Amino acid sequence: MATYQLTVNGQHKQVDVDPSTPLLWVLREELKMTGTKYGCGISVCGACTVHVDGVATRSCVVPISLLSDRPIVTIEGIGSDPVGRVVQDSWVDKDVVQCGYCQSGQIMNAVALLKANPKPTNVDIEESMGGNLCRCATYVRIREAIKRASQQLK
Amino acid sequence: MPAARKIENDLHLNRRSFLQVSAAAAGGLVLSLYLDLPTTAQEARPTPAAKVYPPDAFVHIRPDGKIVIQVNRLEAGQGAQTSLPMLLADEMDADWSQVVAELAPAADVYKDPVIGIQMLGGSTSIPNSFQQYRELGARTRAMLIAAAADRWRVDPEQCRTEQSVIYGPGNKSVRYAQLADDAAHKPIPESVRLKNPSELKLIGKPVRRLDSRAKCDGSQIFSLDLDLPGMKIALIARPPVFGGRVRSFEDKEARSVPGVHNVFEIPLVKGSAVAVIADKFWTAKQARDRLKIDWDLSGIEHADSTELFSRYREMARTPGAVAVNLGDERAMDRISASNQIVADYEFPYLAHAPMEPLNLTVRFDGERAEAWVPSQLVTQEQMAIAEVLGLKPAQVTFNIVYAGGAFGRRGPLDSHLVREAAAIAKRVPGLPVKLVLTREDDMASGYYRPMIVHRVAIGIGEDGMPEAWRHVVVGQSFLKGSGNAFEPFLVKNGVDNLVIEGINDSPYTVPNFHVSAHHPNVNVPTLAHRSVGYGHNSFVRETLIDELAARAKIDPIAYRLKLLKPDAKKFRSSLTLLEQKSNWRTHLPSNHAAGIACSEYHGTCVACAVDVSIENKRPRIHRVTAAVDCGLAVNPLTIENQVQGGIGFGLTQLMAKGAITLKDGRVEQRNFDRYTPPYIGDMPVEIDVHIVPSTEAPTGLGEAPVPIISPGVANAMAKLTGKRYRTLPIATI
Amino acid sequence: MLANQRLLPLGFVPLLIGSLIWIGLSARGVEIRGTKTSTADTRIEDGLVAWERIYSVLTSPRCINCHTATNHPQQGDDRHRHFANVIRGPQGKGVPGLSCISCHQSANADSTGVPGGRNWHLAPLSMRWQDQNDQPLPSAVVCRSLIDRAKNGGLDGQALLKHHEEEPLVLWAWNPGRRLDGTMRTLPPLTHDDFVAATRQWINAGMPCPR
Repeated sequence: MATYQLTVNGQHKQVDVDPSTPLLWVLREELKMTGTKYGCGISVCGACTVHVDGVATRSCVVPISLLSDRPIVTIEGIGSDPVGRVVQDSWVDKDVVQCGYCQSGQIMNAVALLKANPKPTNVDIEESMGGNLCRCATYVRIREAIKRASQQLK
Repeated sequence: MPAARKIENDLHLNRRSFLQVSAAAAGGLVLSLYLDLPTTAQEARPTPAAKVYPPDAFVHIRPDGKIVIQVNRLEAGQGAQTSLPMLLADEMDADWSQVVAELAPAADVYKDPVIGIQMLGGSTSIPNSFQQYRELGARTRAMLIAAAADRWRVDPEQCRTEQSVIYGPGNKSVRYAQLADDAAHKPIPESVRLKNPSELKLIGKPVRRLDSRAKCDGSQIFSLDLDLPGMKIALIARPPVFGGRVRSFEDKEARSVPGVHNVFEIPLVKGSAVAVIADKFWTAKQARDRLKIDWDLSGIEHADSTELFSRYREMARTPGAVAVNLGDERAMDRISASNQIVADYEFPYLAHAPMEPLNLTVRFDGERAEAWVPSQLVTQEQMAIAEVLGLKPAQVTFNIVYAGGAFGRRGPLDSHLVREAAAIAKRVPGLPVKLVLTREDDMASGYYRPMIVHRVAIGIGEDGMPEAWRHVVVGQSFLKGSGNAFEPFLVKNGVDNLVIEGINDSPYTVPNFHVSAHHPNVNVPTLAHRSVGYGHNSFVRETLIDELAARAKIDPIAYRLKLLKPDAKKFRSSLTLLEQKSNWRTHLPSNHAAGIACSEYHGTCVACAVDVSIENKRPRIHRVTAAVDCGLAVNPLTIENQVQGGIGFGLTQLMAKGAITLKDGRVEQRNFDRYTPPYIGDMPVEIDVHIVPSTEAPTGLGEAPVPIISPGVANAMAKLTGKRYRTLPIATI
Repeated sequence: MLANQRLLPLGFVPLLIGSLIWIGLSARGVEIRGTKTSTADTRIEDGLVAWERIYSVLTSPRCINCHTATNHPQQGDDRHRHFANVIRGPQGKGVPGLSCISCHQSANADSTGVPGGRNWHLAPLSMRWQDQNDQPLPSAVVCRSLIDRAKNGGLDGQALLKHHEEEPLVLWAWNPGRRLDGTMRTLPPLTHDDFVAATRQWINAGMPCPR
C-alpha cells in the first residue's frame, strides 16, 4: 500500500492503494468515479480513456505508481472544457449512444482529437478513433458527431 | 444509488402493498392475476397476461411535474427506455420534456403481455408492448380528465389535454401534477380510444433518446458501476474446460493479499470453481491470480474446433431430422450435375462480447434477498436466485439495472450467472456481493452462437430459378432436451427452429424443398446470439440466391423479386424501396462492386445494397443503403440507429478475427486482441436507412439488420474476385 | 580511396599515419574494400562477424517490432500487427487520441502487461529493418542504412555506439517487462554488454557491411 496525491478534474485527491493498481480502478473504486469504464483491461478497447496531462490515456493499463503528478481529466470533468462541452452536445444532438458503455472513452478520445486538430478529415477521424471499440457499432454517428463538433469549433 | 426499488405512486403504495391491493380498491379490476408469482419452476409456464394494466404501476406523476414511466424490460442499447415511454406519453398528452424513464423491477405486471414472462429478447419490446403502453397512456389521460371533470363539475367531453395540462370550459386549466392524487382514485376505464395517426405528437417522429446526456457525461449507472454500502467483489476462477471440477486448491498466497475476505469453492451449473471475495476488484484479481487450483478435467469432452468441423462435415452429408419436406424429394436426382450447385458452408462459434462484461449484485440476509441484475430473463432469474437460497421468488427483490450491451448473453436459459452469484451471496451473508467477470472470463465463459455447418444442393430449372433445394444444417441446440419452457414451442420433430430459421421460412419459392437438421451434443454451452439462426442461415441463403441470379444473368434485386413467395410482402416492399434508393449501383467506379442481401426477423424485413472495393487485401465498405419494413415506424431515429448498429454488429462475422475456436477444450480467444469485432475503420463510411411507410402493427428492429451485411459484402466480393465465400470469417481474400 | 602504402624500413610511422587515415575514413562510414594488409583483412572480417551479431539483435522482436516499414508497429515474439489499430502518425508517436504514450508509460507496467520506456515511439521509416511484407531486410541492406547518416539521424560511429549504450528504448530491450501471463518477454540473442561490445568492434573495424 502507498499513498498517492492526485489531481483529478482540477481537484486534489489522496488515495491509499497498492502501487500496481491501475488508474482505472483507483478512479472507479477509490474515488467512486464510475464514468470511466472497464471493457477489456488490456488497452485494446478504449472504454477507459481519460486525459493525463492532456494526453488521451488508457487508464486500465497505467499503474498508479507510474502516474507521478500528472493531472487527470475524466468524463465527469470534460464538460467544463469548452471542446468537451461541444463534443458532448454533439453526441446528444446526433443521438449517438445506444447502450452507451463505450461512449465515455469515445468522447474523451474525440476531445483529444479535436483539441489537436479542430478540422479533422475523415481519415483523421478514422485514425484517431480507430482503436475505440463499440459493440453497438454507433460508429457512423460518432463520425457525424465529430464533424458537427468540428463545425462548431472555431 | 438505488437501494430497494419502490414503485412510488400517488396511492402511496410500495411494491409489497401494491401487490396486496384487492380487486375492490381497483374498481372492478382483478389485480389478483398479478399477485401470484410461481413458486416452482413447474409453475412458470408462459401465461397470457390480463388485458387491462393498472396505470399506477407504469406511470407516476410527481408533484414537481416530472412524469416517471416504468419500462418493462432491460435497456441494453435497443432504445426501449425511450420508445416505450413515447407511446405512453403521446397517448397521455404528457409534456415530453418532463418524462423520466425507469427500468421496472421484477413484478408480474411487468411481464411481456404476449409471452407472459418478464424479459428482453426476440426483438419484442415494441411489438409486444406497443398496444399495452398506448393503452396505459390513454387510460391515464382518461383518469386525469375524469378527475378534472369532477373538480370542475363539467362533462369530461368538455375537457382537452395538451402538454401535461387539462383545459376545461371557460378558462379553466389544471396541471397534471396538481390532479394526480385525485386521478389515481378514479376507476381504471376498461376501454379507451387511442389517437388517430393525425393526432400523434411523438409516435412516428424522430425522438432523441432520454438517456443520452447521462451516457455522455459519465453519470449513467451501469450494473458494474453499482456501489452499495458494505459491498464486496467476487471473482470466480473457472475450470479451463467446461464442466471441469475443483479437485483441490491452495489459497494461502491468495489470502495474503490485503483486503481479501474469503476464498471458497462453489458449484457451477456444470462442474465447480473457486470464488475469491475481496473489498475491491483489483484486490480480488490479484488474489485470484495467486490461487493454485488442481482441476479434475476427466470424464468431460474436451471440445476441439478442428475435430468438430470435421465431424460436422460428415454429418452434413446425411439427412437429419426433417423440418421441411415440400414437393418431391427425388426431384434433385432428375437434375443433371451441370445444373446443380452444391455448397458447403462453415461458421464458427461467436461470442456476444458486450462492452460491459457480465456482472450482477446479490445480497442475502438469511430471510430475504435483493438482486441488481441487467437481466434479459427476469422472471426466470428471480426464481433461480430464490431456488439457490431456499426462498420463494416473492422474497427476492429483483431490480433491473442498465446493461452495457446484451445481445442475448444476459439471458442464459440455465440462469448460470445468477445461480453463481446467489451461491456466493449465501457465503457472505448480509453484504451485497458483486460478481464480476473480467473480459477474459466473459469471453471464455461459453454460451456462444453455436458453430454451424451447412450442406446445400440446389437444382436449377431451365428458367434459372431453383427447382429443387436440399439443405442440411448441423448445429447445437440449447433447447432440445433442456426441459425449458420454450422448448415445446421451438423444437418440433427433433428440429430446433432457432437453428434453421432463415432457411425453413425462406421467402423464396422452391417447389421441391427439403430441410433437415442435426443437433449434436457438444461440451460447449450455446445461447441465442443477436439474430440467432438468421445470422448464418441468411448468409447461406442470400449468397446462394445471388449465385443463382448471377448464373441466370438477372439483376440480383430483380431475381429476388421474381422468386419471392406471393405472401412475402415485407420482403417485396423492402427490396422495392431498396431498388429505388440504390441507383448508385449502376455507376460505381470500376474497382467497386455492389452486393445485395435481405433478411427478416420476427416480422421485420431489411434489404441492403453495399458498395465494396478491396483495399489492403480486405473488403472496404464505402456505403450501405438499407431499406426496412417494420410496420409502423414508432421512432424513425431508433430505427436508423438499430439498422446502422445492427449492420456493424453483423460485420463481426466477416472480420479476420471474428471467431471463437477451441483447442483441447480450451477457448483460444480471451480478449478483443484475438476476438476482434469491427472498429470504426472496418465500418462502412455511410449507412443510409430508408423506412417503408406503413400503418401496420410495428415489429422490432434489434436483430433484423444484423444478418444482411455479411452476405451483402460477400456477394459484392464475389464480383470483384470471382470467388464465393462459404467459410466465415474471411481471413484472407 | 586508399593510397597504396609502401612499407619503409622504418615503416612504423607511415603505417601509423596510414592507419590513422584509415580509421578516419572508417569513421565517415566508408565501405572498406579489401586491402593488402592482413591485419586489415582480419579487422574487416572481425567487423563483419561483429556486424552479424549486431544484426541478430536488431532483427529480434524486441527491436524490430518498432522498426517497421509500414504504418504500424508490431508486438509479440510472432511480430503480429499491434492491436487496436495503433498507427505511426507523422512523427512515429501515433495520432491524437491514439498516441504511443496513451498506453506506454516511461517504465514497464508489469501489473497490466504493458511495456514502457522513456519517449516510447516508432523508429522513423528511414530506419525500417523489414519490408512491406514484414520480412526482415537482408543483413547488407540493414547495415547500409545504419551507416547512412542521411537515414540514421546524422549519427556517426561514436554516436551510434552511444545510441546502443544509452538510449532508453534500446536499453528497454533487455528489460522488456512481463507479459500478463507472468512470463518475461524474450530478450535479444546477446546480452546488452555483448551487443555494445560487438558495436564497438564493428565500429573499430570501420563499420564494414556485407555485400
